[in-house]
Amino acid sequence: MTPDTSLMPAVAPASRARSRATGLRNIAFALGAIAVMAGGYALTQTVENPYVFFAAYIIIQYVALSTGWNVLGGYAGYINFGATAFYGAGAYTGAVLLKAFDASVFLCLPAAAAVGAVLGLLMGYMTLRVQGVYFAIATIALVVMAHTLVLNLEYLGGASGMALMAPEAPSWSGGQIQFMFLVMLGVAILSVVVARWIEISWVGRGFRALRASEDAAECAGVPTFKLKLSACAISGAILAMTGAPLVFYASFIEPETVFGLALALNAIAMPLIGGKKSWPGPIIGAILLGSVQQAATITISSELNILLVGVVLIGFVAVAPDGILGLLDRKGARK
Amino acid sequence: MSEPILHVEGVEKVFGSLKALGPVTVSLQPGERLGVIGPNGSGKTTLINCLTGTLTPTSGEVWFLGRKVTNLAPHQRARMGLARSFQIPKPFTGMTVLENLLVPLDHLHDVADPHGRAMEVLASVGLAGRAQHEAGGLTQLELRKLELARALVGRPKVLIADEAMAGLSDREIDDVLTILERLNESGVAVIMIEHIMHAVMRFSHRIICLETGKLIADGLPETVANDPLVQKVYFGEQARH
Repeated sequence: MTPDTSLMPAVAPASRARSRATGLRNIAFALGAIAVMAGGYALTQTVENPYVFFAAYIIIQYVALSTGWNVLGGYAGYINFGATAFYGAGAYTGAVLLKAFDASVFLCLPAAAAVGAVLGLLMGYMTLRVQGVYFAIATIALVVMAHTLVLNLEYLGGASGMALMAPEAPSWSGGQIQFMFLVMLGVAILSVVVARWIEISWVGRGFRALRASEDAAECAGVPTFKLKLSACAISGAILAMTGAPLVFYASFIEPETVFGLALALNAIAMPLIGGKKSWPGPIIGAILLGSVQQAATITISSELNILLVGVVLIGFVAVAPDGILGLLDRKGARK
Repeated sequence: MSEPILHVEGVEKVFGSLKALGPVTVSLQPGERLGVIGPNGSGKTTLINCLTGTLTPTSGEVWFLGRKVTNLAPHQRARMGLARSFQIPKPFTGMTVLENLLVPLDHLHDVADPHGRAMEVLASVGLAGRAQHEAGGLTQLELRKLELARALVGRPKVLIADEAMAGLSDREIDDVLTILERLNESGVAVIMIEHIMHAVMRFSHRIICLETGKLIADGLPETVANDPLVQKVYFGEQARH
């Protein structure tokens, strides 16, 4: 008999209590997600001003973007400067499907996710031996490549982009922009669900282990290469899926916007500001930064946005490297 | 003599024009305590890295549990039961001490109660009280113990302890030695790489000595310690310090 079996009776109640607590948290989380979706639908039925949905779409898109980035950048510790390569790939996947087949946005989402996952696998495979700053540089190269590719493809509209009309929105949604708002809300919720599952499962534990020490993780039996590839693929799929509805939202797509610096910078800044360790961090960062930027765009100037992000980012890196959640944690620990 | 549990056959490792190791042939018997000594740069860590799979030998073969593992990745060898601790502790920071032990268990199939097993091992090294602490905030001794606990939790058949006692006080060294002795008594073969001579002498059944990548001695602790060549390259060097 092994020592394990003799310990079983003492251990079993503890593990049952643990799984009951986990179960309750899962139910609370699921109810929260449903409530957010229902709240979003209620807004589309009550709020008249369409600008609210234009602005909310952007902020919620940031939530999905920042959550997707955080899977690789936060959990696994691989800083990806190429978020826009994935976002752009997703956006152009949506645009191509719309242009060629007049496809529904619900077809574009999984298609873009698949493209993003494959792109993530390729990126992971090619950069498998480089870590830290070299990985970051390789991801910048990916954006340049994707950007150049789109510029030179006439079918995608080249540098001048292309204008496309989205199919009519379903009548229950209350209009095109309301519909896109709900779609993006769904995408964001799905990303958070995936991120949270990773975080609390053995997958997230493996990601954290390889972030701390790849050597030690590998020697502890963790298949680090496979895990890194999964992180790249999942992150890439979420980022690309976030881009897919863009052309339905804006009726226009151009390389300068989707591969632009502002978006790439935001994808990194938001998890950093909110906190990279757990799923609420990127949400907090995205809502804060997204709202401030939206306000700044109306009241000051859209050009000042990047400056704003830069200043806030420097401030956080210097004062609160673990983001807002990290600050709260530290406060809690001191008490 | 029984079938060796771990066997290295003519292993060589060359970095560019520098031959760091070999050719070395050495075996480890099941349940054996093998000490590895040698001056800095003699190839001890290179040998360990070839055993665990962190490095692929330039030539030669590594056999573990009767299987040729020369081309297996470190995580595959780890799952077969080849565990190691690192010279400079590499805790999984950003998670608790308990979670550090769950990481290896996540990737083994035959663990009925991972939490129970992890707590059992933490208790056996005296870290049970620290289970919920952030791994990054441990003391040097605790880090060493965590390093060992994480290596042990998956019930390895061989443990490679790479300078597990460097920088510890005499009492702390005794602590770690007791853990390793208990572990060995439960049937795990231990390879101890160590500069602290009294610890290696006390612990080992057999000692090998490396010098510039070559095996220069292999035998009982007393025999190796009294070997004139070993004394010249190793103790001589230590005495100068």
